[in-house]
Amino acid sequence: MSSDPLAAARPAVELAGITKRFPGVVANHDVCLTVEPGTVHAIVGENGAGKSTLMKILYGMQQPDEGTIKVNGQEVAFRTPSDAIAAGIGMVHQHFMLADNFTVLENIVLGAEPSKGLVLDSGRARERVKELAAGHGLQVGPDRLVEDLGVGDRQRVEILKVLYRGARILILDEPTAVLVPQEVDELFETLRELKAGGLTVIFISHKLDEVLSIADAITVIRRGTTVTSVDPREVTARQLAELMVGSELPTPETRESTVTDTVMLKVSGLTIEADGHRPIPKGASVSAYADRLRAEGRRLLLDDVSFEIHRGEILGIAGVEGNGQSELIEAIMGMRPAHGDIALGGEDITSWSTLKRRESGIGYIPEDRHRQGLLLEASLWENRVLGHQTRPPARSGIWINRRASKADTERIVKDYDVRTPSVDTLALALSGGNQQKLIVGREMSSEPTFLIAAHPTRGVDVGAQAAIWDHLRNARAAGLAVLLISADLDELIGLSDTLHVIYKGRLVARLDPSDVTPERLGGYMTGAITGTEET
Amino acid sequence: MPAGLFRALLTVAGAVAAIVVAIAISSVAILAAGASPTQAFAAFFDFGETERSVVNGIATMLNRSVPLFIAGLAVAIGFRMNLFNIGVEGQYKIAAVCAAYVGSLFVAPAPIQILVIIVVAAAVGGLYALIPAVMKVTRGVNEVISTIMLNFIAIQLAAFLVRGPFTGQRTEGQLTTNTPLLPESAWFPNLNVLFELFGLPAPRGGGLWGFLAVAILLGMGIWVLLERTRFGFDVKASGLNPSAALASGVNPKKMVISAMVLSGAVAGLIGLPEILGDKHTFGSNFTPGLGFLGIAVALLGRNKPAGIAVAALLFGFLDRAQGPLQFASVPPSVIMIMQGAIVLLVVIANEITSRIAVRHEERRAAQQLGRNTPVEVAA
Repeated sequence: MSSDPLAAARPAVELAGITKRFPGVVANHDVCLTVEPGTVHAIVGENGAGKSTLMKILYGMQQPDEGTIKVNGQEVAFRTPSDAIAAGIGMVHQHFMLADNFTVLENIVLGAEPSKGLVLDSGRARERVKELAAGHGLQVGPDRLVEDLGVGDRQRVEILKVLYRGARILILDEPTAVLVPQEVDELFETLRELKAGGLTVIFISHKLDEVLSIADAITVIRRGTTVTSVDPREVTARQLAELMVGSELPTPETRESTVTDTVMLKVSGLTIEADGHRPIPKGASVSAYADRLRAEGRRLLLDDVSFEIHRGEILGIAGVEGNGQSELIEAIMGMRPAHGDIALGGEDITSWSTLKRRESGIGYIPEDRHRQGLLLEASLWENRVLGHQTRPPARSGIWINRRASKADTERIVKDYDVRTPSVDTLALALSGGNQQKLIVGREMSSEPTFLIAAHPTRGVDVGAQAAIWDHLRNARAAGLAVLLISADLDELIGLSDTLHVIYKGRLVARLDPSDVTPERLGGYMTGAITGTEET
Repeated sequence: MPAGLFRALLTVAGAVAAIVVAIAISSVAILAAGASPTQAFAAFFDFGETERSVVNGIATMLNRSVPLFIAGLAVAIGFRMNLFNIGVEGQYKIAAVCAAYVGSLFVAPAPIQILVIIVVAAAVGGLYALIPAVMKVTRGVNEVISTIMLNFIAIQLAAFLVRGPFTGQRTEGQLTTNTPLLPESAWFPNLNVLFELFGLPAPRGGGLWGFLAVAILLGMGIWVLLERTRFGFDVKASGLNPSAALASGVNPKKMVISAMVLSGAVAGLIGLPEILGDKHTFGSNFTPGLGFLGIAVALLGRNKPAGIAVAALLFGFLDRAQGPLQFASVPPSVIMIMQGAIVLLVVIANEITSRIAVRHEERRAAQQLGRNTPVEVAA
């Protein structure tokens, strides 16, 4: 640290005129940002607005073409993240970078191990970690295995890791994306402690309510440049969002019900064991079998899950990730063996293959579009064929009908506003929002009777989000039954006609979306509130 | 420039760069062996003085390329869906010995006789490849390990069959054992007429093997299958993203079995150019190693039939120089060093060029969108 007495008054980070060009594209231009020391400074902007490029520049992962970076008043030029770390800047990534089979302590010191000769000095490491944890209110048992930790604890480990390396300026990239409301509150408590300890936090987010509650200053980025800096006390979430998008924006809101009496999807007694699928003994019912497994102390990924979805109904499932949502989807899609029965439109589809289920009218917007939804290295029209290769227009006889597939992809591109140069472009060249719109368009194009929408607007910008909500709502009005799984509680409450909460593989509560708050929903999701059934 | 053309040019540029570096590496090896690189490289292009020797050289090169091409196709079918069929070597050996034996058991009109031999070879190769496929889908056995192990079994089994149950008449003083000689109706007509069209003399020996035509048809057929049909789409999807393929309704077990069996069936044909065009029998001195070379050829050709054809021709061109190199007192193992270096460098070049192509594609998309779309986001 500088001994200059003026250092404290200087901005912790000052970016001036930062411009970053990639051939043909300007990712950032003329970005100006001043972060005062000892504050939480939020940077908000749509996906693809240039937030991550800017942070990569500040963290030394990319070099700017123009402009200057000053840290604590001194001009710096980072060539690698190590330079940034040396200057006291640390980054907590959105996706945790922890070794699951290591303890908390091991993860924190990993890569910066204190040593006595060649031996790891674990005593000294433990002291420092304890000191840091106590000083900043980041309590995590140092000897616990990371794989046993919840999301909130993992995040604390990430923050400790950065502090351990001597960071005084922390960059948090979308830190609340994976947290439930209670955990968000805890994180904010931590951030306030860090701030009190004189540290500076740069907080990247697009959840505006959170930004407003924690930030001391807010800078809005739109289309690669800083639009304005505002004081959170003088701005509402709605004004902030409009600054981000540059236009009016919609919300997911409840409208009159379109729910009908016809049951489209009926799931009864769906059960999945954690330690491999075994056939049910002859004569035993699924629930009796599940009872027996529970009595034996076996862990169940899905525990006797039953529900019905009617035509024109959106059934939302709320839950912290990893409580059986993925298993439920995979069981309905026929990608994972499960006990229990699934009926689509009155027909028992329990023994059907994934292909047959899709052909009979199940659409699927997967939770992870890169893993299950797209062939990134293939063109858009080939991605249109994916999942529909047995049905027209994609197929004619044994052939893939290229012309018809391309024409239909053109239609999706037009109707769903997919921004792409052409239908021959590779899927990886599109932004996340446009990839998602293509998937939504594809799944709607075969006129499904039942749609699984898992995190349909995750990582999607506000504009695309509104469009996807509209498509879901229109399809619902036309009689589509939808199973909606989401981590965005506003989305769940806003779109669903019926809301279930899943916790440890069980549907623990059935709530009325018209009078539930995100806080109460969060209580059910974490198991803090139990047992009540409302209708 | 259209994206496809850009990608193609980039691929060619990468391959050329790889070959140039491979030549440099081989020059060092040649110098270390105490020979002159210029003489060595002259030998590669030395097809002889007379028209006849040039024709002979070209026929040798093409005859070598045909089985390599088929082997490359066989390997590529598996590679397309990340299925590593290392067992092509064993599959072609076992198929060749069975086809040669079955073909010698009867006499039929030429087209029928040859067709039966081809079908037997493909069936045996496919069935032999079915074993690792079934092991993979039922018990999760890694196909790399099982196919390598099955190679040993196949090679020894073929050696046993040719000495035992399938053995034919051995002529006085002959050191090798063979299956019975095929009847003349199974002798595939040669393509020497191609040389005669240009007023050149016919090459010596078996001449230009007629199976070249079958190989070209096979290459085109496989291209159509992989690029235009539903099956080809499923193969591509399974290769690019198995989870997405599963979610889209592709049955991974069925795909593993059909791709593996198809790969094995094509592998079964590798020995036929030599059997039908030249030797008319399978002997203990039958050309070995074609299956392993096929892996290199498929890698070099980026698993695309046209690329595999070019790669097979390159390998054939290098292998032809065995003789001339010895005349130039250069150890012919230089050829293997070159082949190894080229494959290694081309794999590296492919990785680099595909990254460049991806980045180019992203930029192009961003650039066009920056120009074409309105700034405001519709609400």
